[in-house]
Amino acid sequence: MSDFLIENVRLIDPSSRLDHIGGMLVRDGKITDFGAALGRPDGIEIIDGHGAILCPGLVDMRVDLGEPGFEFRETVASAALAASAGGITTLAALPDSKPAVDDPALVRLLRSRGEETGRISVLPYGAATRRCAGEEICEIGLLREAGAVAFTDGAKAIRSSRMMRNLLSYAAAFGAMIIQHAEDPDLAIGGTATQGELATRLGLPSIPAAAEAIIVARDIRLAELSGGAIHFAHISTAEALTLIRVAKDRGLRVTCDTAPPYFDLNETAIGSYRTFAKLSPPLRSDLDRLAVVAGLADGTIDAIASDHQPRDADDKRLPFAQAAPGGVGLATLLGVTLAQVHNGELPLMRAIEMLTVAPAKLLGSEAGVFAKGLPADLCLFDLEIVWQVSVGSLPGKAQNTPFDGRALEGRVTGTWKAGRRVYV
Amino acid sequence: MTTPHRHLLQIEGLHPPQIAAMLDLAESYVLLNRSGKTQRDLLRGRTLINLFFEDSTRTRTSFELAGKRLGADVINMSVSNSSVNKGETLLDTAATLNAMMCDLLVVRHGESGAPNLLAQKVDAAVINAGDGTHEHPTQALLDALTIRRRKGRLEGLKIAICGDVLHSRVARSNIHLLSAMGSSVRVVGPPTLIPAECARLGVEVFHNMVEGLTDADVVMALRVQRERMSAGLVPSAREYFRFFGLDFEKLTYAKPDAMVMHPGPMNRGVEIDSAVADDPVRSVIKEQVEMGVAVRMAVLDLLSRQGFRNV
Repeated sequence: MSDFLIENVRLIDPSSRLDHIGGMLVRDGKITDFGAALGRPDGIEIIDGHGAILCPGLVDMRVDLGEPGFEFRETVASAALAASAGGITTLAALPDSKPAVDDPALVRLLRSRGEETGRISVLPYGAATRRCAGEEICEIGLLREAGAVAFTDGAKAIRSSRMMRNLLSYAAAFGAMIIQHAEDPDLAIGGTATQGELATRLGLPSIPAAAEAIIVARDIRLAELSGGAIHFAHISTAEALTLIRVAKDRGLRVTCDTAPPYFDLNETAIGSYRTFAKLSPPLRSDLDRLAVVAGLADGTIDAIASDHQPRDADDKRLPFAQAAPGGVGLATLLGVTLAQVHNGELPLMRAIEMLTVAPAKLLGSEAGVFAKGLPADLCLFDLEIVWQVSVGSLPGKAQNTPFDGRALEGRVTGTWKAGRRVYV
Repeated sequence: MTTPHRHLLQIEGLHPPQIAAMLDLAESYVLLNRSGKTQRDLLRGRTLINLFFEDSTRTRTSFELAGKRLGADVINMSVSNSSVNKGETLLDTAATLNAMMCDLLVVRHGESGAPNLLAQKVDAAVINAGDGTHEHPTQALLDALTIRRRKGRLEGLKIAICGDVLHSRVARSNIHLLSAMGSSVRVVGPPTLIPAECARLGVEVFHNMVEGLTDADVVMALRVQRERMSAGLVPSAREYFRFFGLDFEKLTYAKPDAMVMHPGPMNRGVEIDSAVADDPVRSVIKEQVEMGVAVRMAVLDLLSRQGFRNV
């Protein structure tokens, strides 16, 4: 493994509040030194950063890998390509695959599939219930021993309050949190767009924003009852954020993330039935979007995840209600987040924190920070480069981005995984 | 020694001297039983009815033996639990028993508090042989006797009760008895099998066997039923065994001379490893059964000293 020094970069490490011009020295794949005025050791490769930002490799806490079972949409290898292009070096994989990740052997498989790419560390989520069917509790202790970082039924909500109570309570004994897709399944049945004027005009069956708040309210109460830790994924509504804010103020073990579509887009993105903008939860009203933006800045939202959901053409080339929900997001995670920095809503440090150390901490991972001796997982990006998202030219396999045509300011120019350059 | 109680419905509320006296008397019955003698004059002409609304082999047999060794006429009644209205059936049964002039009534019932209800309605002395998830007083007495004989005392011992405390009447009776006698009791199990506010019963709660077993003098494994798995409280037998099953590896954290107990019947390879259950030095599981008969003789003896309804 080659040793190298990246010079002339703006080092940003939210875990230590570092924001300084300097360099990064990497030897044997590990961070050896970083800071201002690093000397140039003899015979070492020098990389000029041209004043770009160097931060820890991004940690994406919500990715559907497609593998196992949906390799026609995406594979670990193709997702890893997209991740590298997005500056992501660690990602948490959802367990609602086929078969579901409800057996310790699958957890180990996913970890090693990640290693095989040389590009990403895969942190597998364990299924909360067998087959993610919501009926039988999974072997949380054994899955945890195998390396599952938290437990969730992925895109399916844990419907039964009794099951959720038992899960929170049982998982707490193993130091694991439960991640909920906060959407009341009964209210959401058949729904494809958020309830409101637009869905009415388009004649689409709808899901009320309250479907999210109802589950969030219930699960906060169950977390309190059980002493467990609950994390809500891709929060999209003002009402849910208000509930989470209050729960956090009360010191409950409640956290949440959101995904770029929910602070960058609103329901109008579905335009005239654009199925690439059909997501789960659905894109919301602009008032909800603004509440998500506020939640990013005030700390109610802990992390930003891509919520990468690969779909192939046949999944999406259907009447809106029949099309599969979900959008890809690995390559655009950083760029869309930076839009909030450019428009003044979010400090840069906070934005990077929510993409690195904040999700890493939630997952109990040591990734997402600069520290001597740790693997050199690095992301180099230029805050000013403008590019346009375009379906067909995205890295990786799946192309179903809801951001098609979106001009973004800020682009990854280099990604290193354990000291190996994996992008550009 | 007499007891102020006409019935033995629960351990909670008994005073340490009463418990100690029961154990002392039981001790004398251990010697009597081992000598091969009986004391058939004590309950001669008295009727003991084993009224079991739930299946049981060892407890019923143990009471039957105890009654017979003291000379009582023992009758076993197994009652179907499928009656539509249990409350009504129970009171009808009480009326029937009164008409039969029963002296001692041993009751097992699936509902907590059923023996208390019967005790209000029958003339006989009622002995609770296990009610729902409430209490199983003679099991706690026999456990205490087994511990006291092995350790010479109850006071100051660290006792770990492991497993399905939520559904265990054995655990509740043991918690009350051992705490009253000065032992320090811990319960260990997954959070889903530990009842709410359990610490309020005066125990320390652990969700990790290593922590819960550290320095224990006595380790008691409780039966975990398969139904708990279908009810979503425990994921699988293999996971349960891995994290909460009593094996020699976990037992190394207890004191070197820690004794192992189980109220039976055991699920080998679920809550207890066969190697531990059958270990001749550590396991006292067979001794518990022997103590059971002696304790039940002592209980029948003591209650008979209260005099019977027609005396």
